Amino acid sequence: MPTVLCDQSETACSSGHVDDDNLWVSAAELTAATGWSLKPEGFCKGEICVAATSANTAPLIQDNRINVSGFWRHLGHPVVHDDTSTVWALGASARDRASALQSTEAPDFSLPDLSGQMTSLTELHGKKVLLATWASW
Amino acid sequence: MWQALYAENQDHNFTVVTVAMDSPEAARPWVEAVNPSYPCLIDRDHCVAELYNMVNVPQAVWIDEAGLIVRPPENAGSSDAFRFMDRETKQMTPEQVAERESMKSNYVNAVRDWIAKGSESEHVLEASMVRSRVRLPNDNIALAHAHFRLARYLRRESDPGQAAVHFSKASELHPDSWNIWRQAAEKDATGLAVGPEFWARVDALANRPYHLPVDI
Repeated sequence: MPTVLCDQSETACSSGHVDDDNLWVSAAELTAATGWSLKPEGFCKGEICVAATSANTAPLIQDNRINVSGFWRHLGHPVVHDDTSTVWALGASARDRASALQSTEAPDFSLPDLSGQMTSLTELHGKKVLLATWASW
Repeated sequence: MWQALYAENQDHNFTVVTVAMDSPEAARPWVEAVNPSYPCLIDRDHCVAELYNMVNVPQAVWIDEAGLIVRPPENAGSSDAFRFMDRETKQMTPEQVAERESMKSNYVNAVRDWIAKGSESEHVLEASMVRSRVRLPNDNIALAHAHFRLARYLRRESDPGQAAVHFSKASELHPDSWNIWRQAAEKDATGLAVGPEFWARVDALANRPYHLPVDI
């Protein structure tokens, strides 16, 4: 069963079907894996919608399945998978990352501490935050 | 490294948040030894390095009360003195130790100045300066992070052999990232990625810095 890695989520897609370099999943699993939903106006996430068809891409919808990898590439994001096409990482484009940084709003994230307690940057609004990285290696 | 600064300033609307570019198992002994009272977050897939386009540790970002970046990611006061230490004995000369300590204290003093003076601090950068200083990712870097994410999952869940393939792709695509390279590299008994390959990679920098100098 293919697994989709997107942002921090890992979603096993029981509807997943691989053909060549494409991963097809049900509409429900598209939403579970990526947060994007198929609506009459196209693929939508929050207030943003993009057309479900494009002259420049292979068909993105066929037999009630969605080509999630094709859709992701259509958005301009990187897609990579392992040799056996069982694990798919849906990345984020340099363009999106760069424009977020250029806005000077600190990109938000939510991460666990060692006990599993989650903290997100937005929870700390109202304080000055020194965000510092380190590693054991 | 940050507990003292945090303890003396936690009542001044200031917090430290550390993010370990690491697995929880590897980070745990270090966190438990210091047991800090600020959030110590674990970023096993290096999401923060990707979001902020960071390439090394320690790097730090200053974020003001409104959630705006007032200093983009930069070296948090580490020096390159380690490159010139005696690699057998791990000893540094007194001058090297002094350089290392002075860079660290300069950086921490700048943070103190910011905590005290807020936007009036000379170290706080205007938005236009933040934009011109921040390093932006390119397509290869974005693709490298996708390979790295895949590799971390494969190593953790299923297939360390395949993981190695994607770790190397990530490093090839983003050769400036020590985070990516060292996370995947062989570790010694103390958990440090400081084998011959590490030193060969450091030496290959020649005149280029390992820790970019801080302009603070």
